[in-house]
Amino acid sequence: MEATTYNYKVVRQFAIMTVVWGIVGMLVGVTLAAQLIWPELTFGIEWLSYGRLRPLHTNAVIFAFGGSAMFAVSYYIVQRTCQARLWGEKLAAFTFWGWTAVIVLAAITLPLGYTTSKEYAELEWPIDILITVVWVAYALVFFGTIIKRKTKHIYVSNWFFGAYILVIAILHIVNSAELPVTLTKSYSAYAGVQDAMIQWWYGHNAVGFFLTTAFLGMMYYFIPKQAGRPIYSYRLSVVHFWSLNFIYMWAGPHHLQYTALPDWAQSLGMVFSLMLLAPSWGGMMNGIMTLSGAWHKLRTDPILKFLVTALSFYGMSTFEGPMMAIKTVNALSHYTEWTIGHVHSGALGWVAMITIGSMYYLIPRLFGRESMFSTKMIEWHFWLSTIGVVLYIAAMWIAGVAQGLMWRASNADGTLTYSFAQVLNTMYPFYGIRLLGGLLFFCGMLMMAWNVWQTVRAGRVVNDAPIPQAVHA
Amino acid sequence: MSDFTSGFWPIYISVLTLVSIIGTWVFLKSQTTRKLAPGEKPELIKHTWDGDLQDLNNPLPRWWLGLFYGTMVFALGYLVLWPGLGNYAGVLGWTSKGEYEAEVKAAEARFQPIYAGFMQQDIATVAADPDAHAIGRNLFLTYCSQCHGSDAAGATGFPNLTDGDWLYGGDPDTIKATLTGGRMGMMPAMGAALGVQGTKEVANYVLSLSGRQHDAALAAAGRTKFEENCAACHMPEGTGMQAIGAPNLTDKVWLYGGSEAAIIETITKGRNGVMPGVDQTLGTTSNKEAKLHLLTAYVYGLSQKQ
Repeated sequence: MEATTYNYKVVRQFAIMTVVWGIVGMLVGVTLAAQLIWPELTFGIEWLSYGRLRPLHTNAVIFAFGGSAMFAVSYYIVQRTCQARLWGEKLAAFTFWGWTAVIVLAAITLPLGYTTSKEYAELEWPIDILITVVWVAYALVFFGTIIKRKTKHIYVSNWFFGAYILVIAILHIVNSAELPVTLTKSYSAYAGVQDAMIQWWYGHNAVGFFLTTAFLGMMYYFIPKQAGRPIYSYRLSVVHFWSLNFIYMWAGPHHLQYTALPDWAQSLGMVFSLMLLAPSWGGMMNGIMTLSGAWHKLRTDPILKFLVTALSFYGMSTFEGPMMAIKTVNALSHYTEWTIGHVHSGALGWVAMITIGSMYYLIPRLFGRESMFSTKMIEWHFWLSTIGVVLYIAAMWIAGVAQGLMWRASNADGTLTYSFAQVLNTMYPFYGIRLLGGLLFFCGMLMMAWNVWQTVRAGRVVNDAPIPQAVHA
Repeated sequence: MSDFTSGFWPIYISVLTLVSIIGTWVFLKSQTTRKLAPGEKPELIKHTWDGDLQDLNNPLPRWWLGLFYGTMVFALGYLVLWPGLGNYAGVLGWTSKGEYEAEVKAAEARFQPIYAGFMQQDIATVAADPDAHAIGRNLFLTYCSQCHGSDAAGATGFPNLTDGDWLYGGDPDTIKATLTGGRMGMMPAMGAALGVQGTKEVANYVLSLSGRQHDAALAAAGRTKFEENCAACHMPEGTGMQAIGAPNLTDKVWLYGGSEAAIIETITKGRNGVMPGVDQTLGTTSNKEAKLHLLTAYVYGLSQKQ
């Protein structure tokens, strides 16, 4: 029998966990920011030491918060834009429990100190295998739904989701190739500078495809929906989709400027990072220009504010990124707080804000309500988040540039002007501002949790939305 | 050494890179449509998804195309001037190694006159010179303070350099040898050999050596065990041996703590102290010999004032 409704159950599960993992991941982040000011904060307990919590924070916000958000919106959007119920319902349910298991295992093993030591790929080999299995199931469900679609054409969001699912599979499998020694220990299949290059080919494309391509797919659905306007340019979507995906693949070596990586590879990483500017801005443009004729809605609609502010941060970070890839700029910025600021203008400003806006659109619809419990609270959340991000990144810019300049300052006799401790001392006030910014952002997430709870609680008995029978051209 | 294992790869990289940039250029060109006339509405594509999702089809913005072409022109220009296309070195002949070596050479030449005079003097003379002291202090803060502290007073496991007590000797030549080659201060774990009770006895004997509070009966029992197991390095009287860096146990200086618990931990688990040598600290920086000389003088001077 043909399905008459969309599968919202798995979407609901992932949407709720997005909020939960967002709070967990950001709480760990705030703890880390505080530890940089008060190193003894966690009483010397090794499981809570900075080195153990740091990968927990990155994994939680990227793969638990960001990952759950992507599962939720891609399952929602692919069904609605294909006018088809998810293919492989049991597989879809498996992706939820499997992904949750990955996150729980990460939350246990990372504080215990089990790590491959590869950044953003710290999880040990048994968890890597579980990730692979879940991801293959995800690909089957997603592409299976695309294949059984009733609409003739594939909606732009789905191009981006498809690229993200395919590329993350390749990146994960290649970078995680490792030789197990025991159940909890393995060695990378690569050595030396080859290992570094594979790692940053993975690392930068994890940013490029997990945190960019995937979330652009999110943007391409929720901005036109919330603004009630057609997308600015189909042609621009096509051109920036292909150029973004193609050029991102080359940019990894910019993480290894002035290292043992051969000069030619460093140069290619740099010039292709610069060429990435226009494709990135293509996405920002296409989203922002979609608001043509609907700009007035920005004044009153906090969800749209989240979505459009996210795009502005996206545009800013994707300008900053290519600049930081230039060798001479990188010589100053690398290893400083500037990099941390750059990452967070992307992660908080772009990824988190587009996700939060999308969730405020999505969650009431999943629970049979017209809108969120409190729109005023969304407005508050928006301002807390925006001020939080601005404080965070401004503090890290100043700290990072000061740090870079202090490191290279030298005396008339050729010795360095500042010792490590002196530079660290200069960082303290900025660490304080960063903590404040992070706390504001975190408080916004707590408000979101309350708002979501009230929305879900008051939601009608949930009916999955019916699939329209009429098929558009 | 070549970056490549065969002549194929540099060609592969060059071709792939150029085809990619030119291909992107051609793709962009092929997607460029005419500008809209003033007042002309963009086409609305007929497809609709999920009720109301539609696409306009505005042409690619001209400034955006300009930006894209601009970065590609920059990329091609850069790859002509700098290395990037496989083995091709670039018109400028730049390498990161060459840049580094040129900077070190320039620094050698620039700072040589400042250091030259000190190189003629012996350590004791340099140590007394206020200018040398200022340079030495900066070097110490850069290379040594992470472990020994900004005031050189050390920390648990890291020797105090200001107290006149030396593990390996405090004369200029020994200090220079320590800085040059680094040190590995290894004490084997004796817990298994001595057993729990034996360890406690030896610990109390060690406490008695420096006149600290101890249990006399345990210390008496520990004496022979000390002579059998520890005296080879620490000497029968516990006065240590500087030739191998075995600490003197009769003074009041404790590298890893002098409480009974800390001494028991040291005996049970052993200790591994590592100080890196000059190749790891000063690396390939300019004026390495002179910096080593000035650092030696600074460290020597730290304990000479008392």
